[in-house]
Amino acid sequence: MAGIVIDRIEKTFGTAKALDAVSLTVADGEFVALLGPSGCGKTTLLRIIAGLESRSGGRVLIGDRDVSDLRPADRGLAMVFQNYAVFPHMTVFENVAFGLRTKNAPEEKVRRNVMRAAELLHIEPYLERYPAKLSGGQRQRVAVARALAVEPAVLLMDEPLSNLDALLRLEMRADLKRVLQEAGTTTVYVTHDQTEAMGLADRIAVMHSGRIVQCDTPMTVYAAPATTFVGGFVGSPPMNFVPIRNEDGRARLDGFEATAPGTGELLLGFRGEDVRIDAPERGLSFAVAVAEPMGSHVLLTGTIADKLVRVVAPTGIRVAAGERIGIVPDPERVVWMSPETGAALPRIIS
Amino acid sequence: MTRSGRFLLWSGIVALCAWVLVPIYLIGVGAFGGRAAAFRWPKGILPVNTSLDQILVFLRIEGVANAAMNSLIAAGLTMLFSLLLGAPAGYALARFSFRGADAFRLMVLLTRAFPLAILALPLTVIFIKTGLYDTPLGVSLVHTALALPFATLVTAGLFQGIPREFEEAAWVFGCTRFQAIRKVVLPLALPGLAASAVFAFVISWNEVFAASVLTVRERTLTAYLLTVLSESPIHYRFAGGFILIVPSIVFIFAVRRYLFALWGVTSR
Ligand SMILES: Nc1ncnc2c1ncn2[C@@H]1O[C@H](COP(=O)(O)OP(=O)(O)OP(=O)(O)O)[C@@H](O)[C@H]1O
Ligand SMILES: [Mg+2]
Repeated sequence: MAGIVIDRIEKTFGTAKALDAVSLTVADGEFVALLGPSGCGKTTLLRIIAGLESRSGGRVLIGDRDVSDLRPADRGLAMVFQNYAVFPHMTVFENVAFGLRTKNAPEEKVRRNVMRAAELLHIEPYLERYPAKLSGGQRQRVAVARALAVEPAVLLMDEPLSNLDALLRLEMRADLKRVLQEAGTTTVYVTHDQTEAMGLADRIAVMHSGRIVQCDTPMTVYAAPATTFVGGFVGSPPMNFVPIRNEDGRARLDGFEATAPGTGELLLGFRGEDVRIDAPERGLSFAVAVAEPMGSHVLLTGTIADKLVRVVAPTGIRVAAGERIGIVPDPERVVWMSPETGAALPRIIS
Repeated sequence: MTRSGRFLLWSGIVALCAWVLVPIYLIGVGAFGGRAAAFRWPKGILPVNTSLDQILVFLRIEGVANAAMNSLIAAGLTMLFSLLLGAPAGYALARFSFRGADAFRLMVLLTRAFPLAILALPLTVIFIKTGLYDTPLGVSLVHTALALPFATLVTAGLFQGIPREFEEAAWVFGCTRFQAIRKVVLPLALPGLAASAVFAFVISWNEVFAASVLTVRERTLTAYLLTVLSESPIHYRFAGGFILIVPSIVFIFAVRRYLFALWGVTSR
C-alpha cells in the first residue's frame, strides 16, 4: 500500500512562489501525470515528494506515513531525473544495478532485475559501456531502467521520454504503462507533452504557475476543462474560446444560439472537432484564413468575432481563404467560462 | 587560425617551455658535468664528461639521507592533513550555502598573505613547549597551514564541478549522505584529489623558511641543503639543486593527466 498524499505543499524560492498550496492524492497503484508548461513547478513538486527539496509548508504522506522529514533514502521510492543523473563512473549495468546494490540484494536478483529492465528499455547492447559513450536518449533510458530495476512501490518520473524519437517514445510509452500496471506501481509522471499525459495517465493533474488547476481523468480534462488555461493547454488544436453575450439564459452570437448559465458576458468554449460546418448565416460566422489539409481532416484557422479559432473539417470540404462559413458547435459539448476568472461555469442540464 | 595567430601561439609555447626547462636543464648539466661544466663560460649546450660522481658524493654527505627521510615524512603528513581537512571544507563550500561562505573563501586565501616570519618566534616557543620542535610532524603542521588554502579552494572547485544530481540520485536509491559521497562523489573527484594531494606534497617539499626555523638536527632536505650548500663548491650546489627539483618534477609528471582534468573541471 503506497498511495501518495500531498497536503498543501508550499514552496518559495526567495520571494518567488514556486508552489502555492498544492494538494494532490494519488491512490495506490494509480498513474498520475503532472502536466503543465515549462516553469510551472512540476520538477519542484516532484523533488519535494522525493525529499530532495526543502518545503516551505505542508506535508507529504506515502502509504499513510508522514515522510515530510524523512531522508530521500527512507521514503521508499525511485526517481527518474529530468537531466538523467546517470553516474558517469559506472557502466550501464552498474548504473541500473545501483539501487539494488545499496540494498544489498543477492547477486542473482540484481542480474535478473537489471536484465529485465535493460530488455524493456532496449539498452542490453550497451550494458558494459560507460554513459559518456551513449547518446542522450540512451542515457535517458538508462535512468528509467535504473528506477524500474528496484521495483519501487512509488515511482517519480520527470519527463523520462522527452529525448527519444517519436517512434521509440510511442513504444516505450506503451511498455512503461504495461509494466507499471502489472507491478501496481504508484506513479507520478511529469510531462509537458499532453498526448503523453492523455495516453498514459489514469488521472491528469494540470499545473499552472505553482497550482494544480484541475486533476481529473484524461477525458474529463479534455472535454470539461476547469479553466480556459486547461482548455487551451490540453488538446491539439487547443480549445477555442469566443466571447458571447447571455441574455435571459440564452447566449447568442451571429446565427448561433444556446442555453447558457450565468448572465452578461461569457466565453463559449468548444473543441475544434466538435463542430458542424454550415451556411454562413447559420451558426457562428467564421472567417477562414488558412485551410491546411492534414490527411485525415482539414484544419481550418480563422476568426470568429475577431478571436482566433481553429476547427477541424472533413477532408471533402471546399473552402478558400477569405471565405466565410458557419460554425455550429455541438451544444452537448460546449463549455461556458467566466471571462473575468477564466473558470468554468456549471453546465446547465437541459 | 590565421598564420600569424599560429605563429604567436607557437612562439608563446616555446617561450613558456624555455622559461621552465632551460634553468632545469642547466642545473642538470651542472649536476652531471662536474667542476668543469659548472665553471665553464659560456655554458655549453651539451653536457661534457658526464658522470654521476657529484650526485653520489653528494648523497653520501653526512645527514643527507636522514634529511631526505624527514622531508618525505613531513611532505607525506602535509599531504595527508591538507586533504583530510581541506577536502571536507571544500565539500562544504561547494554544497552548502551558509552565511559568510564568500568571506570564508577570502579568509582562507588571506592566510597566505600573513607573513610567516612574524609567526616564527611564537611558533618556535609553542613548538618547544609542546615537544613538536625539531620533528617532521611539527614541520608538517606548519606546511599544512600553507597548503590548506589551496587544498580547500581547489577541492571546492572540484566538488562544484560534480553535479548535485549525482548525489541526489544516490540518495533516492538508498544511500546515506556518507555512502553517496563514498560511492559517487569520491570516485568522480579522485583524480582532482590526487592532484591537490601532490600539490600539497610539493609545497611542503619546497618550503624552506619554516623548516629551517623549526628544526635544528631533524632538518628537512631543503633546510639541510641550504646550510650545507652555502659552504660547498658550486658544482655540489648544482647536484643539490638537482636532487631537490627531481621529486617535484617526477610527481607533477606522474599526475599531469589529473592536473589537466582538474583544470577542466574547475574552469567549467
Ligand atoms: N533552485 C531554485 N532557485 C530559485 N528558483 C527556482 C529553483 N528551482 C526552480 N526555481 C523556479 O521555480 C519555478 C518552477 O521550476 P520547476 O523546475 O519546478 O519547473 P518545471 O515545471 O519543472 O519546468 P520544466 O518543464 O521546464 O522542467 C520556476 O519558475 C523556476 O525558475
Ligand atoms: Mg522540470
